[in-house]
Amino acid sequence: METTTAVKKYTFKDFTSDQEVRWCPGCDDYVILRSMQKALPEMGVNKEDVVFISGIGCSSRFPYYMSTYGMHTIHGRAPGIASGVKLANPNLSVWIMTGDGDSMAIGGNHFIHLLRRNIDLNMVVFNNEIYGLTKGQFSPTSLIGQKTKSSPYGNTQPPFSPGELALGANARFFARIGGNNPKDMTQIFIDAHKFKGTSLIEVLQNCVIFNDGCFDDVTDKEVKEDKQIFLEDGKPMIFGKNRDKGLVLNKLKLEVVTIGENGITQEDILVHNAKEEDKTLHQMLVRLEYPLATGIIRSFTDVTLEERDNALTAQVKASSKFKKTDDLFFSGETYEVK
Amino acid sequence: MITTKTILQPEVLEAVVVRFVGDSGDGMQLTGTQFTDTSAMFGNDIATFPNYPSEIRAPQGSLYGVSGFQVHIGSVEVSTPGDNVDLLVAMNPAALKTNLYSVKPGHTIIVDTDSFTKKNLDKAEYKTNPLEDGSLENYRVIQVDMTSMTKEALKDVEGLDNKSITRSKNMFSLGMVYWMYDRSLEHTVDFFNKKFKGKQHLIEANTKVLNAGYYFAETLELIPNAYTISPAKMAKGTYRIIGGNTATAWGLLAAAEKSGLELFLGSYPITPATDILHELVKHKHFGVKAFQAEDEIAGVTSAIGAAFAGDLAITTTSGPGLALKGEAIGLAMMVELPLVVINVQRGGPSTGLPTKTEQSDLLQAMYGRNGESPVIVIAASTPANCFNFAYEAARLALEHMTPVILLTDGYIANGSAPWKIQSIADMPAIKNHKVTKVKENWSPYDRDEKTLARNWPVPGTPGLEHRIGGLEKDRVTGNISYEPKNHEEMTHIRAEKVRLVQNNIPDLKTEFADSGDLLVIGWGGTYGSLHSAVKQISDEGYKNIGFAHFNYINPMPKNTEEILSKYKKIIVCELNAGQFVSILKTRFSKFEFSQHNKIQGLPFSNDELIQHFKQLV
Repeated sequence: METTTAVKKYTFKDFTSDQEVRWCPGCDDYVILRSMQKALPEMGVNKEDVVFISGIGCSSRFPYYMSTYGMHTIHGRAPGIASGVKLANPNLSVWIMTGDGDSMAIGGNHFIHLLRRNIDLNMVVFNNEIYGLTKGQFSPTSLIGQKTKSSPYGNTQPPFSPGELALGANARFFARIGGNNPKDMTQIFIDAHKFKGTSLIEVLQNCVIFNDGCFDDVTDKEVKEDKQIFLEDGKPMIFGKNRDKGLVLNKLKLEVVTIGENGITQEDILVHNAKEEDKTLHQMLVRLEYPLATGIIRSFTDVTLEERDNALTAQVKASSKFKKTDDLFFSGETYEVK
Repeated sequence: MITTKTILQPEVLEAVVVRFVGDSGDGMQLTGTQFTDTSAMFGNDIATFPNYPSEIRAPQGSLYGVSGFQVHIGSVEVSTPGDNVDLLVAMNPAALKTNLYSVKPGHTIIVDTDSFTKKNLDKAEYKTNPLEDGSLENYRVIQVDMTSMTKEALKDVEGLDNKSITRSKNMFSLGMVYWMYDRSLEHTVDFFNKKFKGKQHLIEANTKVLNAGYYFAETLELIPNAYTISPAKMAKGTYRIIGGNTATAWGLLAAAEKSGLELFLGSYPITPATDILHELVKHKHFGVKAFQAEDEIAGVTSAIGAAFAGDLAITTTSGPGLALKGEAIGLAMMVELPLVVINVQRGGPSTGLPTKTEQSDLLQAMYGRNGESPVIVIAASTPANCFNFAYEAARLALEHMTPVILLTDGYIANGSAPWKIQSIADMPAIKNHKVTKVKENWSPYDRDEKTLARNWPVPGTPGLEHRIGGLEKDRVTGNISYEPKNHEEMTHIRAEKVRLVQNNIPDLKTEFADSGDLLVIGWGGTYGSLHSAVKQISDEGYKNIGFAHFNYINPMPKNTEEILSKYKKIIVCELNAGQFVSILKTRFSKFEFSQHNKIQGLPFSNDELIQHFKQLV
């Protein structure tokens, strides 16, 4: 059900609400907010058709700062509410704004089932590897040994990798981006909107108060080109300040090589295919620690739940003799009392 | 053991209770349903109740694998499936053993003697064969070699395997019962023709066995008499037999059509509520969006999302599921969205007695959420009026912008009764608070003056973009507010909004004496039991007993206090330890309330109620 009315022209200001933003100064959440406000005018969607749904946590204040429709719900449950919104009105562009605790701890069950179903909506996980709003406990993405308010001697629970969990649950679209990279983040939001199916975007979001610098080793401006590989569909997997490093497949592992060394040429470097159905290579990229894969890692277009449901509904409607409830109520085994 | 007294004229009875029992694979539900439908078409009033084990296919012949179907048919008003049975059809020893207690002394038992083998007697833990040891002397036992006779009847039908042959013996018993109660075979033969369309050998086999049973009963001189039950005096109209869960689903379909909204169901399978999901998923032709979620929480949250987006949103569950949905229902209350929550109560607490009935979720429905969180609570009271109260739940949710919890229970949800079909044209109108154009300084928390319902702007409407959420709202702007006085005021507004529903519901009615010595009070699914007990005692000459049954619990009807003041004594009857009475005691503290409670997973019996009521008058 595509909208036929012409889409209005917007700027980021049109998506800014009158509410004062209450995140801590310096938080990456501001970057995500501004990137989204900049991405929306580029999406070709009317403002009244955009809905932000959040759970609980710092990330989940997000809907209040947007001038679109939105609901700030309960802890972990945004996927259910967002699914209901989208299934009720497939014309809407629906966004779930969530954090690592909201999506993968209390909301873990909903997270995997959302990805499994492939409803056409989008989910942004603000992953800061900590609980911020409750003031600093370890989360399901906190590292072993991490000292937090609830793990003063170091965290003993091994973490989830959001990307691995997502691909395990058959995510069709998965992107990862640093919280200090608004330019690429904006484009990823636009691409996620355009993608038909559930899009998951993991933002490596620095928490300046409780986990400051947690991603510095990969996102810091000085090191990011050497420590990250920004993947683009159809382009070779090359990274590094000098654009001389690349990825090749060595037996069953990805290996970093240097172009020009040991007879390696650009031809030997793997070419990224985000659209590939087989997720083996996407899983290897998600797991890679050096370099850390960012950008759109997987973008496989599959049938959405709505498409399947709509086809079935059309089929049933066409063949059914029941047009009104009266047709049903008075059908079959009825009898008269005179 | 069998009396040989011969009565030539069929005896005319007012009402009769028949129970068919056998292994869970013996087809007892089908046999019972056929007898029910045929009797309904004959014009009898009817109430039925299936009783099946939680095990899907328990070991053959075992005591816990017994499945039963009870039907109460009458030429007079029938309001319960009946306590004790006039005729028991027992297909094996285990079925006899587990159901003998319910047969009225002197009444009839039909058994399949072929199943009373040493092996089956052992499985039923019989030390001696009850057909031989004299233990059934107080009953009329009709011993029939049913399996052998079924085989004999089918010896010329080709294309049947041994299993299909033995399986059709339930039709032999049905044929016998049809003859005993003077019923026509026509409806069931029609049913075979439809069900086995294209499988001529199955149509032939089942029809043959049914006829064989019928003629066997006719020619068997040992059957002492045949009974007839005249048609009941029922209001004119078109009827059908309907089960409570189906009626609930249909009430929701009707509400969606009447309100012009699309129906969204978010649900997770749970006994005994799942049949509502099963029914609604069939109706894609009406645009029903039924979403089976990953858990109870996603069931309710998806419904809340659909309500936000403008659908008529429903979630269905039973006790444990309602516990899981509590936080989300609190959210729906806080954001003031219309949401219908249907709780088909079962025995609790925890997993409790999943296939048995109880009314013990009332306080959970009333108070089972954090904070001050009032919602509308209503209850259906018969299988057929599940239709009306499901419709009513939708109407109240939409007109008052708040969650409504509808309580039914396993007893009325699985029971069935005649339903005078209600056309959509005859149903009350349903308004809603959707807005498309607004005045300046508009807020999503602008309220209707009469009901305090807020307006309902839905995503997709230009210019009405807004944010709602679980945090407290400023009463004017709807923005987040931590202001102390505002919180107190909003708490009062939400409570007042539910209280004002009183103006939109009917008065409480009394039956039998409208004032006097004793008022019997009930709520929800116990209507049939209480009504028939009070009727009986009233017919016996106790004319100062009145009966008031509550369908509206929060809020209660406006005239509740007035009704309570008209009787000297009040007794509140519930299938729990006293939940409704605790609410009545708080709200109407100047009255004294006595109680009748039962927590056995079973409905009230007529005898226990009458005995208690008589003590009070």
